[in-house]
Amino acid sequence: METNVLEVHNLRTSFYTDDGEVKAVDGVSFTLPKGKTLGIVGESGSGKSITALSILQLLASNGKIIDGEIRFKGENLIGYSDRKMRDIRGNAISMIFQEPMTSLNPVFTIGQQISESLIKHQKLSKRDALLKSVDLLKLVGIPSPEARVRNYPYELSGGMRQRVMIAMALACDPEILIADEPTTALDVTIQAQILQLIKELQHRLGMSVVFITHDLGVVAETCDYVAVMYAGQVVEYSDVFTIFKEPKHPYTIGLLNSLPRHDMEQDKLEPIRGNVPNVRDMPIGCRFSPRCPAATDLCRAELPELSKDDKGNDVRCWIYSDNWDGEMEVNVYGEKRIAQGRGVKAVFSD
Amino acid sequence: MAKKELLKVEGLKQYFPIKGGLLGRTVNHVKAVDDITFTIHEGETVSIVGESGCGKSTTGRAILRLEEPTEGKVSFNDVDLTSLSLRQMRKHRKDLQIIFQDPYASINPRQTVSDILNEAMTIQNSVPPKKRRKRIIELLETVGLNEYQADRYPHEFSGGQRQRIGIARALAVNPKLIICDEAVSALDVSIQAQVLNLLEELQEEYNLTYLFISHDLGVVRHISDRVIVMYLGKIVEIGEKEEIFEKPKHPYTKALLSAIPVPDPTHKKTHIALKGDVPSPIDPPAGCRFHTRCPFAQDKCKQEEPLLKTHRIMDETHQAACHFVEEIENGELLPRDYEIKPILN
Amino acid sequence: MAKYIVRRLLQTIPVLIGVSILVFSLMHLIPGDAAQIMAGEAASEESVEQIREKLGLNKPKPVQYFNYVSNAIQGDLGNSIRSGRPVVDEIKGRFWVTAELAVYATILAVFLGLIAGIISAVRHYTWSDVSIMVVALFGLSMPNFWLGLLLIQWFAVGVDFLPIPDFLMMRPSGWGDSWRQILLPVITLGTSGAAIIARMTRASMLEVIDQDYIRTARAKGLSEKIVIYRHALKNALIPVVTVVGLEFGAFLGGAVITETIFAINGMGRLTIAAITERDFPVVQGTVLVISLLFVFVNMLVDISYRMLNKRIDLS
Repeated sequence: METNVLEVHNLRTSFYTDDGEVKAVDGVSFTLPKGKTLGIVGESGSGKSITALSILQLLASNGKIIDGEIRFKGENLIGYSDRKMRDIRGNAISMIFQEPMTSLNPVFTIGQQISESLIKHQKLSKRDALLKSVDLLKLVGIPSPEARVRNYPYELSGGMRQRVMIAMALACDPEILIADEPTTALDVTIQAQILQLIKELQHRLGMSVVFITHDLGVVAETCDYVAVMYAGQVVEYSDVFTIFKEPKHPYTIGLLNSLPRHDMEQDKLEPIRGNVPNVRDMPIGCRFSPRCPAATDLCRAELPELSKDDKGNDVRCWIYSDNWDGEMEVNVYGEKRIAQGRGVKAVFSD
Repeated sequence: MAKKELLKVEGLKQYFPIKGGLLGRTVNHVKAVDDITFTIHEGETVSIVGESGCGKSTTGRAILRLEEPTEGKVSFNDVDLTSLSLRQMRKHRKDLQIIFQDPYASINPRQTVSDILNEAMTIQNSVPPKKRRKRIIELLETVGLNEYQADRYPHEFSGGQRQRIGIARALAVNPKLIICDEAVSALDVSIQAQVLNLLEELQEEYNLTYLFISHDLGVVRHISDRVIVMYLGKIVEIGEKEEIFEKPKHPYTKALLSAIPVPDPTHKKTHIALKGDVPSPIDPPAGCRFHTRCPFAQDKCKQEEPLLKTHRIMDETHQAACHFVEEIENGELLPRDYEIKPILN
Repeated sequence: MAKYIVRRLLQTIPVLIGVSILVFSLMHLIPGDAAQIMAGEAASEESVEQIREKLGLNKPKPVQYFNYVSNAIQGDLGNSIRSGRPVVDEIKGRFWVTAELAVYATILAVFLGLIAGIISAVRHYTWSDVSIMVVALFGLSMPNFWLGLLLIQWFAVGVDFLPIPDFLMMRPSGWGDSWRQILLPVITLGTSGAAIIARMTRASMLEVIDQDYIRTARAKGLSEKIVIYRHALKNALIPVVTVVGLEFGAFLGGAVITETIFAINGMGRLTIAAITERDFPVVQGTVLVISLLFVFVNMLVDISYRMLNKRIDLS
């Protein structure tokens, strides 16, 4: 059996603002098997980035993890002292961010910035750290790395900076790399380079990767497992094939149906009706119920748990529970409707 | 196509000066758009795609003369817009509207939705004052908002709803052509689909023509009739949507399409990895501008600029700017030192 | 960078010309006949004519301006009407007194301002932040003359801790040996600067702390101390340098009140005296020197800002 390098159980993170508590993450659970890639996918405001920051406890000062477990190789990171967390950050778990243009410090050279983690975690001398920085730049495919270590960030393009960020994250051979929308700010041909690089390095170094993105294409191409988030909660978690071929949650289905595809013809998009609920005014029952074509009174009254379906995948929906009263039969079609690589279509019939 | 030509862009250039030197003189230019020509027919949706810095947004702005084009001619309904005085231009602006990526940035936050729409109608005097309130409510309903939202302020709306306001404002003056500059790029997928569907419905209802500027090829495939691919200020390929997506001819278009992740984990794809970054538009490469990254580049590409034309093997509506379209297509020319890699999984 | 410095130097030329025209015009903005005013009401026709001749006031204005500028470039700013000595000599003796005062005041302002600003930013919205900012607001709003008088009252007259300054007794080229003599004027002059620097540092630090690269630094596992003092401070100081430079320039030109209160024979006091005595060549001279200094300090500030801020090198 494969071991899980990261297990998150029922994570809750809130922010305390002048207008009161904002429950940015309110029920997130997933597991990341060793050496695999987990995609956390969701739209803006779904809490996916806050989930990532919670793992490393890098929240803004008004944010706080209020409940849940984050188990890294079996040990719960919540409750670790700040000193102990610092030994993990950039070492066993490292992170890269969305904006390569602003994520590097403008007043230090590339070499200085990569060296820092090496000096801190591996106790290298300044000289050795700089030499290793050159190796790392070579590893991430930066041409003439000996010259580049002395460059300042402004002298590099966006794609190059993201490579530097990756080099920095890989400096101490992390077991987990958390990538928060690492290619969103990049052009598509550069995105392809960076995705390819992350995958190659993962194979070479045996890392596990948490990939946070809103792009379903990126998920399909890079991830082994997927957690779909909606309004601060994981609504579905399973392997990537199940998510794309037999999606369970009406939100996942809606998401796939509203995606315009460049690789095939579609007649009409089927959007999800309505808007994402306001974090300060969440629906009482299932958070997706106001937009869900299958919602019943039960859905509007009570929040479903994230629970295993018959195949062992997690889904947070009443349809798959014993409580479903069957007034409105909902049929979510599986594999047989996927013809010639077309998108997944779900029909909600009565 | 027998349809009427609505917009004709000929030899459009947009250069932005770079100041420098001791006295702050113009030392060079950013050649954002460098001699492009295309036509849009009435009722059609034409998209311009390309990566950042290719000049797609600049083209949209130059057509509206939001920035004065350096050179070239933009004809709308057979009227040369570039030769009009600003005053005359203002009259024509009601026929050409633009929707931006961030509607919030182009809306006065202190105006209610009703004020915003009213202002648009006042400037163009398109609706008599008495009928304006009725028209405002009509417009809101057209774009899927409600009457009761007319007196709310922009910040009370979500991103998707604001984009609907932007669309309503554009529609307020009964335009013929709407330029959508990354109009749905900032929206989440589920909301983006709503807005795309709305744009399609409006097109049918009002016989609108769209110039759709986007970097998202999924959106472009969905909405367009024809597609223009730009690279470093030049058009590299233009054609019917199916042609561009199913039978791309220019190596850049091929690379671009192969670079987009497919939302299907069973999809086995090969991917033409382009190396390096886009060169600077200040000093673009001589010859074919793509030659520095092109896996097929020959000596000729470094010296001679390829013309945008229909090659023998192409559909008559399809044009590409590449010297070696045929050689690449029939396999005579193979990519050099470039790996075509299977995606690791 | 060298190109930028040259360009920046060239840019000061029009400013210098403007300054010289303004200073030159001072003489001619006086209502009535300048020579008459200088000579006094009771002066004879002859002596007025003499002054006019001496100052070249009978020549056409452009010629006068040209002469003034060419003399100034050669270090000749004319002679003081009161003492008859060359204006340059009058200024020289006083300049170093003011410069020393300004340097010490700047050091004090930077020292206090930075510490206060950093503490305030790191502990923002806490009790210490609020109190530092309240004190800074006081420092900023307190007029120089009032602060000076208070300090004299408290420390010199009241507790006899610091001597009542009497700098007139000092060597004309500098200060006495005692730090005690310097302390009160420096505090008087530097307080507002310290307040400005503190507020600027705080604002700048708070902005920087929210930047993505600070999060990156934390994600590397660096301690909060290194994140703040290495990653944040270096960026936050860039705009502060500008303020420090401008404050120094302002101290040089703005020591008038402080010098008057503490009876320090610096440039400020020289200017005041010259104004009351209608010693126009001296007024012209001091205004010119202070303006030039200000332009020069400004230029240095711009250049150092440019050197610190790698990012603008791009454009």
